[in-house]
Amino acid sequence: MISIKNLHASIGDKEILRGINLEVKAGEVHAIMGPNGSGKSTLSSVLAGREDYDVTEGEVTFNGKDLLELSAEDRAREGLFLAFQYPVEIPGVSNINFLRTALNEIRAYHGQEEMPAKDFLALVKDKSKLVELDSKLASRSVNEGFSGGEKKRNEIFQMAMLQPKLAILDETDSGLDIDALRIVATGVNKLKSKENATIVITHYQRLLDYIVPDFVHILYKGRIVKSGGKELALELEAKGYDEIKKEFEIAD
Amino acid sequence: MANEILEEHINKDYEWGFTTDIAADEAPKGLNEDIIRFISAKKNEPEWMLEFRLKAFRNWQNMVEPEWAHVSYTKPDFQDIIYYSAPKPKKELASLDEVDPELLKTFAKLGISIDEQKRLSGVQSNIAVDVVFDSVSVKTTFKETLAEKGIIFCSFSEAVQDHPELVKKYMGMAVPPTDNFYAALNSAVFTDGSFCYIPKGVRSPMELSTYFRINASGTGQFERTLIIADEDAFVSYLEGCTAPQRDENQLHAAVVEIITHKNAEVKYSTVQNWYPGDKEGKGGIFNFVTKRGICLEDNSKISWTQVETGSAVTWKYPSVILKGNNSVGEFYSVAVTNNYQQADTGTKMIHIGKNTRSTIISKGISAGFSNNSYRGLVQIKKGASNARNFSQCDSLLMGDKCGAHTFPYIEIKDRSAVVEHEATTSKIGEDQLFYCKQRGIDNEKAIGLIVNGYCKEVLNKLPMEFAVEAQKLLAISLEGSVG
Ligand SMILES: Nc1ncnc2c1ncn2[C@@H]1O[C@H](COP(=O)(O)OP(=O)(O)OP(=O)(O)O)[C@@H](O)[C@H]1O
Ligand SMILES: [Mg+2]
Repeated sequence: MISIKNLHASIGDKEILRGINLEVKAGEVHAIMGPNGSGKSTLSSVLAGREDYDVTEGEVTFNGKDLLELSAEDRAREGLFLAFQYPVEIPGVSNINFLRTALNEIRAYHGQEEMPAKDFLALVKDKSKLVELDSKLASRSVNEGFSGGEKKRNEIFQMAMLQPKLAILDETDSGLDIDALRIVATGVNKLKSKENATIVITHYQRLLDYIVPDFVHILYKGRIVKSGGKELALELEAKGYDEIKKEFEIAD
Repeated sequence: MANEILEEHINKDYEWGFTTDIAADEAPKGLNEDIIRFISAKKNEPEWMLEFRLKAFRNWQNMVEPEWAHVSYTKPDFQDIIYYSAPKPKKELASLDEVDPELLKTFAKLGISIDEQKRLSGVQSNIAVDVVFDSVSVKTTFKETLAEKGIIFCSFSEAVQDHPELVKKYMGMAVPPTDNFYAALNSAVFTDGSFCYIPKGVRSPMELSTYFRINASGTGQFERTLIIADEDAFVSYLEGCTAPQRDENQLHAAVVEIITHKNAEVKYSTVQNWYPGDKEGKGGIFNFVTKRGICLEDNSKISWTQVETGSAVTWKYPSVILKGNNSVGEFYSVAVTNNYQQADTGTKMIHIGKNTRSTIISKGISAGFSNNSYRGLVQIKKGASNARNFSQCDSLLMGDKCGAHTFPYIEIKDRSAVVEHEATTSKIGEDQLFYCKQRGIDNEKAIGLIVNGYCKEVLNKLPMEFAVEAQKLLAISLEGSVG
């Protein structure tokens, strides 16, 4: 699915990603954990094609394509989806209109015709049920005036609508109440298949009880310093980052 | 009788050494009383009309071009303009086949169909259209259908001939010929325009529309529109316009007047798409327009909706004088400037009657090196008890080389008034753009989406046919302005 090799990225003259290596295969779920400011969101932004960051070294292959060569919109069209840590409000643009535009742009990229309005609305109905999204939210402006939790749920709704190959969920669990967490996690699980993959960025083991990862990686100061199975998350939950910080402070 | 007087005038003109062939379709360049007489004679006008023009002209000569607007441009040389230019072939065209295909194409783009065939073949096209091509009205469709309801919808020239009592009564009521420099100029030299009268108790069964086009080079366009809604009448009126691309600046100085009687309502929508000049700011239309309505009597309503994307320089303040008690004035505006365009636009709401209400929603979008100003006046006169105004002026900046300015003026002479003003300035967010791109939407489409969302409150006020086109226009006008 995606293969990241020695990825370095900086903003201005500040290097944030300092040699990331990560291999995600179809059907897998990877969790990335790490202290605040370690570069988790930066990694997802760089993969999604945000231009504020300069990739100074490394390569990323996404389903056989050189990801870094693609524009942000083409990465999305190739099936890369990012559930934002801070979803953006777009006043005056209804969720429905936004998603229809997105969906049809992606379809056009693959040489498919626009989805007929009827099918689209059926899809909306189906997918909003999946994440138990209030139908009123679907017709409201994109994220405008949504509560924190509603925004996160809306991200997963969009993911369900666009059916990406690789979804990166950047702290989708933060700000969700217990029930919403379960609903969102169930939604993600239902969307899981052998053909797609998920990268879950989180601070909490709790989410990983619902979305069980195949691999857990710890990101620290722009590097993946430790990888393991799901037990690594439990270990972290118990001990915190102290040990890791001590161990890798020197290498800084 | 009238013809004799006219003949006499023409002859008199000749005496004054006016050498132009009277049969010519174009007046010579320049402006003087002879030119005005020429225009009036060309149009076969009655004496009172010529008098109106001459009076306006004499006033204009003593006026100075206004300089208070936040725009800068080389003032037009008023002696270097052709003030009358009839399209060839002149006069009414017998069929649509004779209309410039370019014009028809633009129509199609505007989503307006003037093809009466459509109606005959059962395809409902619910707009009646008057076309003002350079200076002469080309065609008014659906005249008969409208006539059945007693609605008069014709070119201004026809109205002068066929309904002189109405023209005489209402012309200059909202915009006196001495109102301002450009209105005075227009009053002196206007060549055509649209006239519309909705009689008592009639709701127009269709949208009425005028489409303006400047075609010939070196000409100015000075059209006049007069809309009267009698008691309990209603009409929705659309105005569209385009001009070909030319290196020179062309002057457009129009006057639009709306008069509403008791319980009447006029909704006036414009999509202004005059040629804005090229990317370097060369050429483009100088759009100096006076639009004003009077809610003459109680419970009447005038609503202006405009989407301004064109013109090199725009100077335009569609206003409402709220004279009747309980009358309502509205102004919904989207003004887009890109490259080197300059716009100074807004409204005046003059509250005179009791319980009068006005709403102003202005959305400015500036991109490139452009300058976009909102200028608005809310005036509550003494005795206008319980007057209410709500104003919201938002500016959206794209890039950091453009400017957005807001000049709200508020004058309150009655203590019971409630006036609210809100203003915001925002930048089109990189975050918003990236969010759209991450969902597979490219830059241009994303800008279109965000901008249309930003303007939604205004676009929602446009009739369907116009709204779709306006959305596309917004996107086109801003093409290549970010990223
Ligand atoms: N646009 C930017 N300008 C300057 N510094 C930035 C920018 N984006 C990220 N950084 C810095 O890069 C570092 C990594 O930030 P990032 O948002 O990737 O962390 P994170 O691991 O997602 O943290 P959190 O757990 O708090 O979400 C931080 O020190 C942050 O301040
Ligand atoms: Mg983060």
